[in-house]
Amino acid sequence: MDLGFVLTQSITQAIGVTAIIYLLATMGLNIQFGYTGLLNFGQIAFVAIGAYAIGVFMIQWQQNPWPSWMPWQTLVPNLWVAILYALLLSVILALILGIPTLRLRADYLAIVTIATGEIIRLAFKSTDPLGGSQGINGKMGQDFYDLNPFPQQDRFDFGPLTYTRADLWVVICGWVVIGLLLLLTWALMRSPWGRVLKGIREDEDAVRSLGKNTYLRKMQALILGGLFGALSGIFWAIAKQSVQPDSMVPAFTFFCYTILILGGAARVMGPVLGAIIFWFLLVFVEQFLLLLIDNGTITFLVPTQVGPIRFILVGLGLMLLMIYRPQGILGDKKELALDAR
Amino acid sequence: MPGDLAAQAVSALATVSPEPGAPKPDPILVADGVNRHFGGLVAVDVTHVEFQKGAITALIGPNGAGKSTFFNLLSGFDKADGGTWVYAGTAVTNTAPHKLARRGMVRTFQLTKSLSRLTVMDNMLLGAGGQKGEVMIASVLPFLWSAQEKKNRERAMVLLERFNLAAKADDFAGSLSGGQRKLLEMARALMLEPSLIMLDEPMAGVNPALKQSLLDHIRDIREEGTTVVFVEHDMDMVRDVSDWVVVMAQGKVIAEGRPDVVMRDQRVIDAYLGAHHDQQLTKSGESLTEGTSS
Ligand SMILES: Nc1ncnc2c1ncn2[C@@H]1O[C@H](COP(=O)(O)OP(=O)(O)O)[C@@H](O)[C@H]1O
Ligand SMILES: [Mg+2]
Repeated sequence: MDLGFVLTQSITQAIGVTAIIYLLATMGLNIQFGYTGLLNFGQIAFVAIGAYAIGVFMIQWQQNPWPSWMPWQTLVPNLWVAILYALLLSVILALILGIPTLRLRADYLAIVTIATGEIIRLAFKSTDPLGGSQGINGKMGQDFYDLNPFPQQDRFDFGPLTYTRADLWVVICGWVVIGLLLLLTWALMRSPWGRVLKGIREDEDAVRSLGKNTYLRKMQALILGGLFGALSGIFWAIAKQSVQPDSMVPAFTFFCYTILILGGAARVMGPVLGAIIFWFLLVFVEQFLLLLIDNGTITFLVPTQVGPIRFILVGLGLMLLMIYRPQGILGDKKELALDAR
Repeated sequence: MPGDLAAQAVSALATVSPEPGAPKPDPILVADGVNRHFGGLVAVDVTHVEFQKGAITALIGPNGAGKSTFFNLLSGFDKADGGTWVYAGTAVTNTAPHKLARRGMVRTFQLTKSLSRLTVMDNMLLGAGGQKGEVMIASVLPFLWSAQEKKNRERAMVLLERFNLAAKADDFAGSLSGGQRKLLEMARALMLEPSLIMLDEPMAGVNPALKQSLLDHIRDIREEGTTVVFVEHDMDMVRDVSDWVVVMAQGKVIAEGRPDVVMRDQRVIDAYLGAHHDQQLTKSGESLTEGTSS
C-alpha cells in the first residue's frame, strides 16, 4: 500500500460504476432543481423504480411470477423490454408526484418526494414478491454483457488503471450514455424551452404572466429528470447485478445535491465535475487515512473509524467550498454579485 | 402633444357620468360583483366597473384598498369568491393567467418580478408569444425555431433601445436598479403585443427623472393601441397621464371620473383622510400619499 495505490484507487472510483450511478441521478436533479427550481428530494425513488424494474422483471418475476398467472416470461422477454418498462414506470411515478403538487408551492413537492422515496424503499423491503429485505440478486444484466465486444482476457490495463472485461464494458457504456444525455441537456437548455424552465426557477408567476403554461413545463422537467434517475437505477441493476432496499436511502439524494452544488447547478457539465471530484475525494481521504494508519503515522485511529471520518472531512471541505465558492466550481461569478432574491 | 388615440379616448369618455360603475362607450374589460375575502376581511367587493378601450385608466386608492388583489383576480393569479368579468367580449372569469396573457391581457406586478439570473435579453425573449422552440420536442431541433428567435431578438432590441436598456442586454436582470427593473418588466410585457396592459404601481421606487420617461412610455403604449390600466399613488402622475380615474377604498369602487373631477370628490378625500389621519389632502403639486408600500 502506497500513495500510488491510493491515487489509482481514487481515480478508478472517480470514474467508476458508483460515480456513474450518482452522476446520472444528479444530471436529472440538475434539470429539475438546477434549471427549473423543482425541489425533488426523492430522486432515489426514481432510481429505485429503475433498478427494481430490472431486478423484478428480469429475475424475480421470471422465477416466481406475481400474480402467479401473469406470463412475465413472454411479457418481458429480454433486458431491453425491461428497460422500457422501467422508463415507463418512472414517467408514471413523475406524474403521480407532479399532478397533485406542481400546482402548489414549491415546498410541497419537496415534502411529497422525500416521503415517496421512503415509501418506495419500505414497500420493496416488506414485499416478498418484490425481493423483500433480501433484495434481488442474479444475472439481471446478462443481455447487456452478451454484447460485450472486448476480447476474452482477464484484465485490461490503461496505465495504472485496471479493469476486468465486464467492468470495462459497463464503464464505457455508462460514459457513452452520459455523453449523449449531456448533449441532450445542452440542446434543451439553450433552447426557448430551456429558457422557460430557467424563468420558472427565477419566478414562476412572472413566466405565467407572460403567457407560458408553467405547469406543463414543470411536469416535463420532472419527468425528464425522473427518466435520468431511472436510467441511473437501470445502470445500477445492470452493473451491480444486485438491487438492495437498504441502498435506496434518502442520503442518496442528498449526495446528489452535494454533487450538483459542488460542480455547479444549472451548468451542463456541473454534475460531471461534481461527481468526479466528490468520489475522488471520498475515496482518496479514506484510502489516504488507511495508508497513514497502516504505516503507523496515525495512531489515534483504527481502520473501522475511517469510514465515518471521511464523510466528516469531505463534509467540512464542502462547507468551506460553500463559503468561498457558493456557486459551485463551474458556477458563474456574476451570479454571486446579484442580491439574494 | 396628445396623439390621435389620446384625443379619441378623451372624447369617448367626455360623456361618461362620473359615477362608480358608470358604463363606458367601448369597454375592453367589465367586472361584475367581483369579490374576494381573506378570512373575515373583505379585500375586494366591486359591484360593477368598466374600463374603456384605448384609454389610460388609473386605479387609485389608499394602501390596502384592494387594488392589487383586484388585479390578481382579474388576471387569474387569485381565485375570486364570486363575480364575473369579461375581457374583449369573452367571459374570462377565473381563467388561468397564461391563457389571459395569450389573449392579450398582460399584467405587471407591484413587487417587480424580473428574472434575476436570466439576462435582460432572455427576460425580453420570454415575453414573446407563440414560440415554436418552447415546445419540448421542437426545442432540440433549432432549425424549427431559430428564424423566429432571431426575429424576436430584433424586436426585443428595438424595445430595449426605447426603454434605454439596450446597453444592458447581456447583463443579468438582477444587476439592474429597481427603476430599470420596472422598465424591463414593462418592456417584457410589451413583447407579447398586448391589447390590455395592467401595471401595478409601475412607478413605485422609480426616481423622479425616470418617472417622467415612464409616463412617456405609458403614453406611447397607448398610442400603439394598447389599453392601459395602472395603479399609482402619485397624484401628479395620475393627473398627468390618465384619461380616467377609478378610486377604490376598502375593496369597493367609491368614485370614478376624469382626474380633476375625482380629486375634488368628497368621497375620495374622505377615503384618503380615513387612511391617513396625519396627512392633509393638498392642492395640486403634492401627492395624496407619501409611502408607496404594500
Ligand atoms: N394573501 C393575502 N392574505 C390575507 N390578506 C391579504 C392577502 N392579500 C391581500 N390581503 C389584504 O387585502 C387587503 C387589500 O390588499 P391589496 O390588494 O394589496 O391592497 P392595495 O394594493 O390596494 O394596497 C389588505 O388589507 C391586505 O392586507
Ligand atoms: Mg398594491
